[in-house]
Amino acid sequence: MALKNAAIPFMRIVIIGNGVAGITAARHIRKRSDHSILVISDETDYFFSRTALMYVYMGHMRPQDLKPYEDWFWAKNRIELLRARVVAIDFEGKTLQTSDGRSLPYDRLILATGSKSNKFGWPGQDLDGVQGLYHWQDLESMERHSRGLQRAVIVGGGLIGIEMAEMFHSRGIPVTFLVRESSFWNNVLPAEESAMINRHILEHGIDLRLSTELREILPDAQGKCRAVLTSHGEEIACGFVGLTVGVSPNVDFLRNTPLEIGRGIRVDEYLQTNLPDVYAIGDCAELRQPPPGRRPIEAVWYSARAMGETVARILYGEPTPYDPGIWFNSAKFFDIEYQVYGNVPPALPPEVETLYWEHPDGRKSIRINYDRASGAVLGFNLMGVRYRHHVCDHWLRQGTHIETVLENLGAANFDPEFYPQHEAELVALYNRQTGQTLRLKRRRGLSLLRKIGM
Amino acid sequence: MGQTSLAVTITDMQNASLSIAQPAPVLTPWRQKVALALGALGALLLLIVWAAGRAVAPVPTLLASLGLMAAGAWLFVREEYLKHPAGIRNNGAWFRSLTARGVWGWVLGVFITGFYVCLYWFPQYLKGLIELFTPLSQGLRARAADQWFVYGTLYTVAVLLMGVKFFFKYRHNAYQRIRTVSVVFFQLWFAWLLPGLLVRLQQPEIYFSYFWPLSYYQGTPMAYQGHLKSDLGLFYFFFGLAMFFIGTPVLTYFFGKRWYCSWVCGCGGLAETAGDPFRHLSDKSLRAWRIERWLIYSVLLFAVAMTALLWINVATGRSVLQQFSESFYKTYSFLIGAAFSGVVGVGFYPLLGSRVWCRFGCPMAAWLGIWQRKKSRFRITTNGGQCISCGNCSAYCEMGIDVRAYAQRGEDIVRASCVGCGICSAVCPRGVLRLEA
Ligand SMILES: Cc1cc2nc3c(=O)[nH]c(=O)nc-3n(C[C@H](O)[C@H](O)[C@H](O)COP(=O)(O)OP(=O)(O)OC[C@H]3O[C@@H](n4cnc5c(N)ncnc54)[C@H](O)[C@@H]3O)c2cc1C
Ligand code: SF4
Ligand code: SF4
Repeated sequence: MALKNAAIPFMRIVIIGNGVAGITAARHIRKRSDHSILVISDETDYFFSRTALMYVYMGHMRPQDLKPYEDWFWAKNRIELLRARVVAIDFEGKTLQTSDGRSLPYDRLILATGSKSNKFGWPGQDLDGVQGLYHWQDLESMERHSRGLQRAVIVGGGLIGIEMAEMFHSRGIPVTFLVRESSFWNNVLPAEESAMINRHILEHGIDLRLSTELREILPDAQGKCRAVLTSHGEEIACGFVGLTVGVSPNVDFLRNTPLEIGRGIRVDEYLQTNLPDVYAIGDCAELRQPPPGRRPIEAVWYSARAMGETVARILYGEPTPYDPGIWFNSAKFFDIEYQVYGNVPPALPPEVETLYWEHPDGRKSIRINYDRASGAVLGFNLMGVRYRHHVCDHWLRQGTHIETVLENLGAANFDPEFYPQHEAELVALYNRQTGQTLRLKRRRGLSLLRKIGM
Repeated sequence: MGQTSLAVTITDMQNASLSIAQPAPVLTPWRQKVALALGALGALLLLIVWAAGRAVAPVPTLLASLGLMAAGAWLFVREEYLKHPAGIRNNGAWFRSLTARGVWGWVLGVFITGFYVCLYWFPQYLKGLIELFTPLSQGLRARAADQWFVYGTLYTVAVLLMGVKFFFKYRHNAYQRIRTVSVVFFQLWFAWLLPGLLVRLQQPEIYFSYFWPLSYYQGTPMAYQGHLKSDLGLFYFFFGLAMFFIGTPVLTYFFGKRWYCSWVCGCGGLAETAGDPFRHLSDKSLRAWRIERWLIYSVLLFAVAMTALLWINVATGRSVLQQFSESFYKTYSFLIGAAFSGVVGVGFYPLLGSRVWCRFGCPMAAWLGIWQRKKSRFRITTNGGQCISCGNCSAYCEMGIDVRAYAQRGEDIVRASCVGCGICSAVCPRGVLRLEA
């Protein structure tokens, strides 16, 4: 560890939250400094991958398989862990209060408290058998309610909703899926991709109800949910209701303190709050001035991780502003993988042109958006096809012309060996639509990447 | 299949912070149960013949047994895979007793282990099975069966039936389809039909898909002297040497060790097909990796030393080392050839996963691994920042490689033990991993 910054005096750093944001910060601070590091969480003893909760329920993995680091890792790296709930913070006196009565001092405080599941005040939303899926304890509760369950109703057509549908489906529990929008996730996905996922959900035998909202959850005599009432006035009997209508920053215990809070904890581009020596990262942070093309609160794994790295740089003495780069994300809808690079809005703005190819089997598609006037590529949307992050990112940063991209599209293909490659079909489609005569110059391969210097 | 409690704790038991009480039962639709029952009935017929020590009406019995197992396998494929959209289907892998080290897993482990113990040391107890397979052996090889023919045939049947199952489980994945056809073909032709036909033609019984040091006998002076008697034998002897010294480095440079371990080798073939339901049982800890490195290179050294001693003994006119080299050879055959590769390697599938031998013991894998690590174009690349640290890749790596540890840092995976099965890439829900060469 030659890179320790001698100019920074020893500090006691306390991190609230052992999610990916807090843990990334801790790991990176430790790599480059000797500060004392304490991570506090009320959820679990050890960091685990929230993103993989579904796989435990489906029996693909055991709970311990969710831990990215073995248990000895923390002591070896002198990262102290504490299982407790922080109930109050004295920002003046730089101390925290925990639920078990401890009072802990800090020199620097990193707030990484994550999100909590939304509830919109529906009648019956607090009944037994009604819950979201965010924390480990939510999974335990889902497990308890699954025994003998005849039907689950899931409210909210987003990423966690469809994961929950897949979870119950894997156990042979029938699912009714209420989606407010007229097509699945069409506030994010363009119409064609959204329609593909609708078809796929139905193919799996999920009772998908589009344009349908929850009105009320009805209790039985024991105070457990027994049915939902939809916006169409229909009553659907169910022993479980999953509320997956988004998440919001988990900051309630910090309200009515000097800390400036909007929807999340307000931070500048150095992730500093309005209070000295207090930082906020991950799902709970709200950027006052988000970088172009990014939102103030992004409740995704990747942003939380990137913020953890940024705050670490500040604390080991090489501060740089938070720069998440070009937007990317990924998900999996049952069996269809989804990747996005750059900006692909659900509705096409007038200055943007789109090239959309879909496989005849309706389970794969590639979309490339580009600027109508300059030809610069703006975004890639992939369903059932894997594209290479570095290559797409490079083209998006450079604003490479769509025709150059198409001619070299093979370089972006990241599907496993022997998979059919569809880049030539995309080029042919472009030629048909524009009357050009482009040819695909490059098929994929590692040697190819070396050749073009990536 | 019974239920196992998922009362696993991620931390110490007092804190019980990441434990799941008891999962609701996984519904096994009745048709799947019928499929499993058919397969079990087929196996039971074999068990009865084994226990009885003699086979009455061997032809109908064997046909019935194989037919039942094939019908069971096909019904399972239809119900479990073909009736659902193609995709990753590992549901309940950690809930089922058979695949989660539950009672049925132990029963199967004990049963296979028992079979291997009889095979190597007490073949007299396999008399019934040998009688059962004699008509088939007569048909293929024009001679009566012995315990090795019984073993080879059962092995091939397992690779074939479970290969079909695997093929349809991963029918959406071209890499898995092609690889499975290859590995089943090599077993069926080079490790069963061809050696059988050679025997029929009064030629030496040669398994072209195995070389020294995996086939440790093939490098010895005894093997050489035996092969001197025929052109084919001599060819095979030098072919084996060439594969070791030239074939392995060259092919591994271009393709990685997978050209052998997950496309050709019979041990790998069984692991990839019959062993697939157990691949998640491999140990991913750093400790296991340490043990692996010690053990596997020790076995390679052992094999080299054993072979060298035998040759020195011959070169010195069988004077000084006669006793010593022979007992060295016998120790190797007993410890490594039989106990490790057979009894533990396959018998412990349901307990330690499908690649215990390939990971901890195989000297050929050690040799291939050295080349893969030091001089190969093969690697698994990771897709930028897309990893969500979910752990599916590590969980389903049969070699116990903690793939996630690399993927979440965006690093390429270059590991001596990786057999290039491609399952990590297949199960990754975010499209992060790609095998490339
Ligand atoms: C089911 C599911 C699937 C997801 N899948 C994806 C995906 O595929 N891709 C993706 O990009 N994102 C995904 N996400 C979102 C992603 O998991 C989050 O963005 C990310 O985990 C946020 O990390 P974090 O460190 O900011 O917060 P968290 O992981 O929420 O960690 C915060 C921790 O702080 C603790 N805490 C809060 N307040 C206190 C307190 N007062 N005292 C003590 N401890 C406290 C919390 O209990 C929690 O353990 C998914 C989320 C869920 C729930
Ligand atoms: S790392 Fe991947 S390809 Fe290599 S052995 Fe493990 S699962 Fe197979
Ligand atoms: S399976 Fe994919 S996303 Fe999950 S940890 Fe492995 S590489 Fe990362």
